[in-house]
Amino acid sequence: MNLRSIERSTWIYIAIALLLFIVPFIVTGRSMQFILIQIFIFGIFAMSYDLLLGFTGIISFGHVMFFGIGAYSTAISLDRFDSTIPALLLGVVLALVIAAIVSFIVGILTLRLKSHFYAMLTLALAGLFLVAAEKWRSLSGGNDGFTFRLPELIRDSQSQYFLCLVSLIFIFFGLRRLTKSPFGKVLMSIRENEQRTESLGYTVLHYKVIASVVSGVIASFAGVLYIISLRFVNTSVFATDLTIDVLLMTIIGGVGTLIGPIIGAGLVEFAHHWLSGLSDVHWIFERWIILYGTVYILVVIFFPLGIVGTIQAKLFGRTVTKGLKDNKSKVS
Amino acid sequence: MMKSNLLKLQQVEAYIGQFHILYDITFEVPKGEVTVLLGRNGAGKTTTLRTVMGLNPASKGSITFKEQEISSLKPHMIANRGIGYVPEDQGIFGDLTVGENIRVAMKKEDQVTTKRMEWALELFPDLKKFWNKPGGQLSGGQKQMLAIARAYVNENELLLIDEPSKGLAPIIVEKVMESIQQMKERTTILLVEQNFLMASRIGDQFYIIDDGQTVHDGQMGELKEDKVLMKKYLGIS
Repeated sequence: MNLRSIERSTWIYIAIALLLFIVPFIVTGRSMQFILIQIFIFGIFAMSYDLLLGFTGIISFGHVMFFGIGAYSTAISLDRFDSTIPALLLGVVLALVIAAIVSFIVGILTLRLKSHFYAMLTLALAGLFLVAAEKWRSLSGGNDGFTFRLPELIRDSQSQYFLCLVSLIFIFFGLRRLTKSPFGKVLMSIRENEQRTESLGYTVLHYKVIASVVSGVIASFAGVLYIISLRFVNTSVFATDLTIDVLLMTIIGGVGTLIGPIIGAGLVEFAHHWLSGLSDVHWIFERWIILYGTVYILVVIFFPLGIVGTIQAKLFGRTVTKGLKDNKSKVS
Repeated sequence: MMKSNLLKLQQVEAYIGQFHILYDITFEVPKGEVTVLLGRNGAGKTTTLRTVMGLNPASKGSITFKEQEISSLKPHMIANRGIGYVPEDQGIFGDLTVGENIRVAMKKEDQVTTKRMEWALELFPDLKKFWNKPGGQLSGGQKQMLAIARAYVNENELLLIDEPSKGLAPIIVEKVMESIQQMKERTTILLVEQNFLMASRIGDQFYIIDDGQTVHDGQMGELKEDKVLMKKYLGIS
C-alpha cells in the first residue's frame, strides 16, 4: 500500500485513535473511563443510524430495537451459560444474526414503500420488543432485569475500554470504506434521488435492504458492548428515548459524516454527565433534559448541517442537498 | 432500405395519479436517427418519456424496445435493457462529485465504458475541469452536460433526452445541441425539445403530441415548410 495515497483525514483519525489508546494510562478514574466507554458505544450506535439516515435517507423511529436485541441476546447467553468467552461469543453471534434477520424482514416489507412506512414499522416493532421483554419475565427478568457475570478477560474497566475503542475504530474505518466505495455512492444517490437512481439501472430496494441490515447489525453490536459495560440488563434498552438520543447525536454531530455522530455522542454524553453533576448548584440542572433541548435547538439553528457538516461546508464547500434537507425537515 | 425500429409505442395510455394524461401515443423511433417529440407545454411529452422509462407506468397499449415488450418492466430493468434517460430536471446527485456522478452511472467499468467516458469528457471539457467538484455546485449548463454524459457512458442503444435547452443561456444551448449532434452519430436519440430551431437542426423525424395524443408525424424538413401545422400545434408563425 502506498502511504502517500492515504488521505490526510485518515492520518488525523489514526492519530486520534492512537491518542485514545494512551488515555486509560493517564486518566485512571473509573468514572471518566466509563464515560469514554459510553461515548464509544453510542458513537457506534449513532454511526449505524447515520448509515441509514445520513447516507441512504431512511428514517427509523425504532432503531433501538436492534440495540436491545444485542443487549438481551448477550445478557441471556451469559446468564444461562457460564460466564465464559464461548458463551459471550454465542451471545454476540445470536445478537448479530437476530438483528440481521429482523432488519432484513422489516426492510423487505417496508422499504419498497415510502420512507415513513419504515419509520412507523420500526417504531411499532420496537414497542413490541419492549412489551415482550416486560412480559416474558422468565427470559428477560421483566422491568427489573437481571445482572450477570462477565468472562474474566473483560471484567475490568480498562479491558472494556480497549474492547470498545477497538470496536469503534474497526467499525468507523469499515463504514468509511463502505460509504466511499461504489456501493456507498449508490446509497448516497438513493438518498438524493431514488427515482433517478432506479432509472440508472439500480435495484434500489436491494441497496436499501442491505443498508438496513448492515445498520441493524452494527446497532445490535453496540447493544452487546453496552450490556458488557453495565453487567446488567433491563427493558430500558428497548426504550424509545434511546432512539431519540441517537437521532440527536447524529444530527448534532452532522448527518452523513460518520465522524459527526461520534462527536455528537461525545457531546451528549459529556453534557449529560456534567449537567447532572451540577444539580447541587441549582435545581434546574436536575432537569438537564431542558438544557439539553435548548442546546439541540441552538445547534439546529446555528449548525443546520451539524457540527462536522457545518465545518465541512465552510472549509470544503459541501452542499446541502435536497435529500439531506428533506430528511432534516422530516426529523427536526 | 427500411430502417429497423428500436422503440415502438402503440396506443399508449397513462395516468398521473387520477389524471388521464396520455390518451393515444403511437410512434416509432428508427435506429440511428434522432426522433423529436414536439408539442405545447402540458401536451404530454415528458410523461411520454417517463412512461417509456417505466417511471410512470402505461395503463394501456404496448411499448416495445428491440421488439420486446417493456411496458410492464420496472425502471431499473428498462435501463438495463439499454435505454439511457436524461430527465428534464437533469437529476444530478448534488453531494456527489462530477466523477462520482459519472461512475455511479457506469454499470460496469470496462474498456468500452471507459472509452465512452473519455469521449464524453472530450465533448464536455468542463466536466474534466470540475471532476472533483460536487454536482450541486455546477452551473445549469454544466449540469446538463453532466446529465447527458452520464446517460451516454453506458452502452445504451437509445437515449431519451428531455428538454436539454430548458433554462439555459443561448450560448450554452448551442454547445449542448452541438454535443447532441455529435452523439447522434453514435447512438439513437428520442428528444423532447421546445426550442424548435434547435430541434429542427438535429432532428431527423418528428411527432407532434397534443392533448396526450400523437397528432402528426413526418420528416423534420417537411415540418419547417408547413407553416399552418407549426402555428396550429406549436404556436410558431
